[in-house]
Amino acid sequence: MSTATLTPPVTTSTATPAVRRSWFSDVWLVMTRELRPVVREPFSVVFGLVQPLVFLGLFGPLLVGSVGEQGLSGADVWQWFVPAILVMTTLFGTSTTGANLQQEMQTGAHERMLVTPLSRSSQLVGRSLKEMVPLTAQAVVVVLVMLPLGFRADPVGGVVGIVMLAVLGIGIGSLSYALAIAVRKQEWMFWVVQQTFLFPLLILSGMLLPLETGPAWMRAASTVNPLRWVVDAERALFAGDLSATAVGWGWLAALATAAVGLVVGVRTIVRSTD
Amino acid sequence: MIRTRGLTKDFVVSRTETVHAVRGIDLDVAPGELVAVLGPNGAGKTTTMRMLTTLIRPTAGTATVAGAEITTDPAAVRRSIGYVGQGNGAGHVQRAADEIVAQGRIYGLDARTARRRADDLLDALDLRPLARRKVSDLSGGQRRRLDVALGLVHAPRLLFLDEPSTGLDPQTRANLWDHILRLRAERDMTIVLTTHYLDEADTMAERVVVVDHGRVIADDTADGLKRTLAGDRLVLEVAGDDGRPADVGSAAARLAELVARVPGARDVTVDRSAVSARVADAPATVPGVVVAASAAGITVATAQAIRPTLDDVFLALTGRSLRDEGAPPDSTGADPAADPTATDPQTRKDAA
Repeated sequence: MSTATLTPPVTTSTATPAVRRSWFSDVWLVMTRELRPVVREPFSVVFGLVQPLVFLGLFGPLLVGSVGEQGLSGADVWQWFVPAILVMTTLFGTSTTGANLQQEMQTGAHERMLVTPLSRSSQLVGRSLKEMVPLTAQAVVVVLVMLPLGFRADPVGGVVGIVMLAVLGIGIGSLSYALAIAVRKQEWMFWVVQQTFLFPLLILSGMLLPLETGPAWMRAASTVNPLRWVVDAERALFAGDLSATAVGWGWLAALATAAVGLVVGVRTIVRSTD
Repeated sequence: MIRTRGLTKDFVVSRTETVHAVRGIDLDVAPGELVAVLGPNGAGKTTTMRMLTTLIRPTAGTATVAGAEITTDPAAVRRSIGYVGQGNGAGHVQRAADEIVAQGRIYGLDARTARRRADDLLDALDLRPLARRKVSDLSGGQRRRLDVALGLVHAPRLLFLDEPSTGLDPQTRANLWDHILRLRAERDMTIVLTTHYLDEADTMAERVVVVDHGRVIADDTADGLKRTLAGDRLVLEVAGDDGRPADVGSAAARLAELVARVPGARDVTVDRSAVSARVADAPATVPGVVVAASAAGITVATAQAIRPTLDDVFLALTGRSLRDEGAPPDSTGADPAADPTATDPQTRKDAA
């Protein structure tokens, strides 16, 4: 297969450039295509920026009030809570990736993308990473807003934390994408399944309330929840404890989620067309 | 450009039911050809196209598309082809021009080339005023033109069009075809299209492949198919003789005898004053028959030379009419990807 034969006899004077494909540029193309409508309608971005703040503003004080009795200061509670909120935003954002896909499957846009030379995995990763761009903006805003309240964010740890969330997001986004394809004949199923998984994952990660006070079975269940390890890692990272064991477990959990997500996602795409 | 051997696709619907959508298609398409695949809904047209564009894997058989094997090197196939599916390819939340540029970039064009090609296509397909419009705000015809632009932006050697004009009004269809044919001439493209519009296959394609029940049942130029499979029809009417039906009847019968003597005439029928027959070349037959009738004292009042349509061809091949049926009884579910709009009365009306 010589690339020379790929150049069609076009009337334009400049020859079609030789087709160079790199997986990373594929991811970039998918991500920027997905981001374009977001940029075109900045209202959704602004709204998205406010959401985690609303959550922090409403849930945070209750948390401070209830765990404050145990002798924790407000600042300690924020230190515990803010990194978790970022994980939650990642979970909410990337687990709905598949919903964007549903409309594209209904029309023909998804099919069109499958006939292009884009690799299957780059489509999964690009779509998942697209969710991470607004998330990064949200993280910056959340951190800035929380600084006056005593929240302390280690800059290096914060950046590493966001990268870890992006890896986790690739996994969750790919699973969401696979789910959308798997239930494409009954679209409402997407939300049923997504919600069914969302809340157990959320609660069993110790994001909102400490698992330490929960029953033993909950703590046992949380050990198989990758989010729990990522949440612990994020807390360590934002506190500047980059060498904590929890960070290692967090990376393992995030990478495992991404690997499983990609394998399941690519397999689902391939099988869906047979 | 395309070579398939025994291309087959079975869909396992349930444990007890397997639909044989495509049953061993052998097809060769040379570079530069414009081939229409014609057949009723559920005939296997779309399934065949989805196999050739690497969307689904064949159950059996082989196919080489643009120099690459579809099962072993689908990536190479995808790089070389353009595809306009039955649905709308542009994302609804995207802007029209953005999608064309993005598509060009996906096929490896640099940003400047992609933008220039997008500009050319926006002009060529009359989409210029809609460039910054959101896709969801475009009309059906506008979206279809955008689909074609997406299929062409990388100047593919081979373009697949799956029912490109379904649901469009005749004016828009004609415009779309103007654009496609002009771009084809400019770029020396090979085009394979599926359609259930008889006139579209008839006027646009240089070669018509008729598919039914997952098999190729005829493959020739439209004219060739009509000549060999259907033939012209000649309809003559004898002059009425004011209130003497017996005379009209006998005149018609004598005329029928004359017509039957024309070389190659068959299926001669008489219906009161009208005589009809299948002949090889109806317009050329009319003068001779009229003169002979006149010599025999029969006055021919009207003469019609009716050219066959591809529907006559399909009728001759299968005993069914493409025009009457939205879908044959056994086609339900035979093609899971079939466009639901293909069976609505609007499109059937247009199929005439």
